[in-house]
Amino acid sequence: MEMIATALPALSQAWALILQPMVLAYLVLGVVMGLAVGVFPGLGGIAGLSLLLPFMFGMDPVMGLALMIGMVAVVPTSDTFASVLMGIPGSSASQATVLDGFPMAKRGQAARALSAAFTSSLFGGLVGAAFLTMFILVARPIVLAFGLPEMLMITVFGLSMVAILAGRVALKGVAAAGLGLLVGTIGEADAGGSLRMSTYDIPYLIDGLQLVIVGLGIFAVPEIVSLLRQDRAISEDARLGAGWADGVRDWFANKWLSVRCSIIGVVVGVIPGLGGSVVDWIAYGHTVQSTRDTSEFGLGNVRGVIGPESSNNAKEGGGLVPTLLFGIPGSGSMAIFIGAIALLGTGDIEVGPAMLRDNLDITYSIVWLLALANVVGTLLCIAASGGIARLTTIRFTYLAPFLFMLIAFAAFQSGQNFEDLLALFAIGLIGVFLRRFDWSRPAFLIGFVLSNPVEKFSNQAVQIASFRFRKSFEEGMEYVFSPIVIVLIVITVLSVVFGLRQAKAIAAEGEVPTGSKRAPLVFLMVVMGYVIAALINANAIPDYNMTDKIVPLVVGGVTLAACLVLLVQMMRRPESDAVFADKEMAGEDADAPHGLWGTLAWFAGLIAATWVVGFILALAGFLVAFFRIRAGCGWGKTLLLSAAGIAFMCLMASALNRDFPPGLLQDAIDLPWPLR
Amino acid sequence: MTKFTRAALAALIAATPFAATAEVDLSGETVEWVIPFSETGGSAKWANFFAPLLSEALPGQPTVVVKFMPGAGSTKGANWFQEQEEGDGTLIFGSSGSTQFPYLLNDPRVRYEYNDWVPVMASGTGGVAYLEPEAGAKFDGSANALKDMDFIYGSQGATRLDLVPLLAWEMLGMNVEPVFGIKGRGDGRLMFERGEANIDYQTTSGYLGGSADLVEQGMAVPMMTWGALDEDGNIVRDPTFPDIPTFKEVCEATDGCETSGEAWDAWKAFFVAGFPVQKLAFLPKGTDQEVIDTYVAAFEAVRNREDFEQISTQTVGEYPVFVGEGAQRALQQATSVPQEAKDYVKTWLRDSYGVELEG
Repeated sequence: MEMIATALPALSQAWALILQPMVLAYLVLGVVMGLAVGVFPGLGGIAGLSLLLPFMFGMDPVMGLALMIGMVAVVPTSDTFASVLMGIPGSSASQATVLDGFPMAKRGQAARALSAAFTSSLFGGLVGAAFLTMFILVARPIVLAFGLPEMLMITVFGLSMVAILAGRVALKGVAAAGLGLLVGTIGEADAGGSLRMSTYDIPYLIDGLQLVIVGLGIFAVPEIVSLLRQDRAISEDARLGAGWADGVRDWFANKWLSVRCSIIGVVVGVIPGLGGSVVDWIAYGHTVQSTRDTSEFGLGNVRGVIGPESSNNAKEGGGLVPTLLFGIPGSGSMAIFIGAIALLGTGDIEVGPAMLRDNLDITYSIVWLLALANVVGTLLCIAASGGIARLTTIRFTYLAPFLFMLIAFAAFQSGQNFEDLLALFAIGLIGVFLRRFDWSRPAFLIGFVLSNPVEKFSNQAVQIASFRFRKSFEEGMEYVFSPIVIVLIVITVLSVVFGLRQAKAIAAEGEVPTGSKRAPLVFLMVVMGYVIAALINANAIPDYNMTDKIVPLVVGGVTLAACLVLLVQMMRRPESDAVFADKEMAGEDADAPHGLWGTLAWFAGLIAATWVVGFILALAGFLVAFFRIRAGCGWGKTLLLSAAGIAFMCLMASALNRDFPPGLLQDAIDLPWPLR
Repeated sequence: MTKFTRAALAALIAATPFAATAEVDLSGETVEWVIPFSETGGSAKWANFFAPLLSEALPGQPTVVVKFMPGAGSTKGANWFQEQEEGDGTLIFGSSGSTQFPYLLNDPRVRYEYNDWVPVMASGTGGVAYLEPEAGAKFDGSANALKDMDFIYGSQGATRLDLVPLLAWEMLGMNVEPVFGIKGRGDGRLMFERGEANIDYQTTSGYLGGSADLVEQGMAVPMMTWGALDEDGNIVRDPTFPDIPTFKEVCEATDGCETSGEAWDAWKAFFVAGFPVQKLAFLPKGTDQEVIDTYVAAFEAVRNREDFEQISTQTVGEYPVFVGEGAQRALQQATSVPQEAKDYVKTWLRDSYGVELEG
C-alpha cells in the first residue's frame, strides 16, 4: 500500500510533465531522427545520441529527455526493416528476427512480417512500461540478488538455445557454437591481458572482433551473395502477397506469446551486465518450445518474428532499471544517455541510487516517454511498411551494390580501421561456408555473443567462490547454489531436453541437398585446423594467467571433440547423409546463373580498391562498374544510380559526422572531405 | 584552404603593420576533439561537457565535435595523434590516466611521446576507498585491525588506474584479492553492493553519484581518500572530502607502513600521474603559438564563467582546472615519474600479478 501511495502521485506528476505540446513535439522529433538513423544497419542509438549530445547542454530536462528517449526507443523497432527485408541484423536486438522474418520476405510476405514485428514491438514496449512502473519500486533488492553465479547461469541458459538452433545435425551446431565462442576470445583477455590468436604486430586483433562485423558477416554477406547470384528479386515471384493488416491479425492470434516474450524481455533486460544480447535468442527459444508444430520455423513462421520482437522493445524498458537505479548502463546507448542527463538543465538530475527517492517523477517520465515513443515510432513504421516492403520486389542486382556499400560503411564505423573491412570479408567468407554446408549460423553467433560473458562471469565467479570456500564449505555452497541458480539450472536442463526434441524439425537453412563428400570434408578439416591452432595458442599462455587460458582450452576441447566425431561420421556414412549437406549440389544456389567466387570478387574488389584510393572513390568505381557490367544497365541509368548512392552516403556521413576509410592515395596527398 | 595559401596569407598578415594583433578566427571551421575512448566512458563525459563551452569561447564560434577513437586501451588513439601535424587549431586531443599509465610503464603498444604535444588544459579528480560495515567497524584510522581480514576487490586490471588503490592496500599490509575483468568502476560498486566484493574505490564523481548514498544508509564506511596536492606538491586532504583522512594519514598510523622510501615514492608518483592531473587536452606538436594562445584564452574564459563551478561539479568535480602554463606544469607532474618508481612498480606487478612489462 505504501508503495502505491508513493507511486501514484509521482505517476500523475510524470504525466503532467509529459503531456505538454512542446515535450510531445520533441518526442516526435526524436522518434523521426531515430528512425532515420536506425534503418541503417550497424548504426543505432549510439550514433544517434552522439548526434544529439551537443544540444543537451542546459536544455530543459524533460524536453531533452523526450528528444533522447524518442531516439533510443525506436532503434530496436526501425532496425527490423533491415532484418526482415534484407536479412541483415540491424543490431543485436534483431538477430533472431532474421531467422523467420527474412524467409517471409522471400515468400513475398514482407509487409506481413514487418507489421507483425512492429505490432509486437509496440505491445512489448507497453507491457514493459506497465511492468516497470510497479517493478522499479522493488527492483533494487531483486537486481542485487543477481550475483556472478546467477549471471553465469543466465548466460549458460542463453547458450543452451544452441540446442534448439543447432539444425539437423546437432553436432554441427555444437561445433559452430564452439567456433563462435573461440572467435569471441580472439584478442587481449580481460582478466590477465594475455593475447589469444593475435599479436602486438596486428593491433587490430588485440581488441577482438566487433559484434556488428560478425553479425553482418555471418548473416548479411552470405544472403546478399546468394541472392545476387540468383539474379532475382528477394520475394520469389517479385510480388507482395499478404499485406500489413495480416501481420496485425497474426499478432492478435498470438497475443499470449507476445505477453510472455515481453515479460522475458523486461526481466532479462533488468539484469545489468548482460545487456540485450541474449534476450532475443531466449525469446526465440521460448517461442519454438511453446509451439506444437515447429516444422515452419526458419522457413518463415510468423511466430518466430513475434516472439523476439515482443521481447526487444520490452528489454529497453528493463534496461532502464540498472541505468537509473544504479547508474550502471546496460548498453552503449544507455551509457551516453547517463552522460547526457548530467548535461541537462542545471545538471542536478543524476542517475544513481538517489534517483528513485529524489526524482521519482522524472523516473516515471522516462519510463512512459519510452512507451509513448514506442507508440509513435511503431505507428510510423507500420504506415511505412507497405511501401518499404516493395523493395523486395525489385531485381536484387539493383539493390546489392547499395547493400555492399552500406555494410562496408557500417563495419568501418565499428572501429574506424581499414581492417574492419577485411574482418567483414573474412567473417563473411566463414558465413558463406557455414551456410553452404548447413552449419548453424545462429549457433555460431550465439557463441560469439556470449563468449565474453561466459569467460568473464565464470572466471570471476570461480575466484569469489574459491574465496568463500576457503572461509567455510557451507558459505561456498550457499554462494554457488543459491535458489536462483538452482531454478536456472532446472530451466536450462528442461530447455535443452525440449529443445533437442523440437530441434529435429527446425531447418534454419531450409532443405539442404547432399552430394559429394569432398567439399564438406575439406571445410571440416579447415575448422579443425583453426580449433587446434587456437588450442595450441591458448596452451602457450603461462600458467599464472590461468584465467586467460581456461575458457579457450575447455571450449576448444569440446569443439575439437565434436569435430572428431563428425569426422568419424563422415568416414562411415554414405554421401546421402545429412552430414554431407552442401548447397552447391542442387537447389537454388547450384542453379544460380552466377558463380560464388565471381560474385564475392565484386565485394573483394570494392575493399581492395578502398585500400588504394579510399572509400568514396572506390565506391564510385565499384558502383559504375557493377551497374554497367553486372547489371547490364545503360550509361544513363548507371550514372544516375551511382550518383544517388554516393550522394546518399555523403549526406549520411556528414549528418552523423563520420569519416570514410582512407586509402594509400589519401596517405600520399591531402584531399577535400568526402574524398579524404 | 590549402597549406600553401594559408602560409601565403600568414606571410601577408605578418608583413602588415598590424601583425601583432593577428587573430586566429575559426568561424565556419569544425574543431575535432578526439578522445581515444568509446562514447561511454568518463573521458567522453568530460569532453562532451567542455565541447559546447569551448565552442562559445573560441573566436568565430567554430563547431566543436567530439570524435571517438577507441582501441587498445587508448593507445591506438594516442598513437594516431602522435602522427598528426594539423597545427591550425582544428584538432585537439584528450588523454586520461589510462593513457598516461601505459606510457609510464613502457607498454609495448605505446608509440607516442607526451613531451611532443602542447597541453592547453588539464583537470584532475580524487578517489575514495570504502569498506563494508563489518570491516568499517574495525577501522580506527589505521589499518592495523584489518590485516587479518580477507578482502575482495572488483578491478579493471593491475596496470590501469587500479594500480594506485591496489598498491596502497598492499602497503597497509591488507590482504586484498582483486577480481579482474570488470569494465568500469560502476561494475565494481555493483559487486560491492551485492556483497561479492567487500572493499571498493571510486573516483570523486562516481563516489558522489553512487557510493555516498551507500555510506548514508550504513551499507559502506569510507576509509580514505588518495588526497590532493597543495602548491608545493605535498599531499593534503581532498577539498571535496575534508572529513575523510588521506592514505598518507592512514599509512602513518598503521604499523609497518612508511610514508618515505621506495614504496611510498612509487605510490606517490603514480598517484600524481593518475589523479590530480587525470585528463589533459592537447594541441598537436608544432602548433603555431597564436593558435596555442587562442586556445589557452578560450579555456581561461570557460574556467572563469560565473556558473562554471556550479555546472562543472558533476563532470570534473571541485578540483582546479589548469590552463596554459598551469597545464604545462601539470603535464610535467603527470609524466615525470622517476625511474626507480617505475622499476618498483614493474617488479611489484610481476611478483604480485604475473604481469610482464618490457623495458
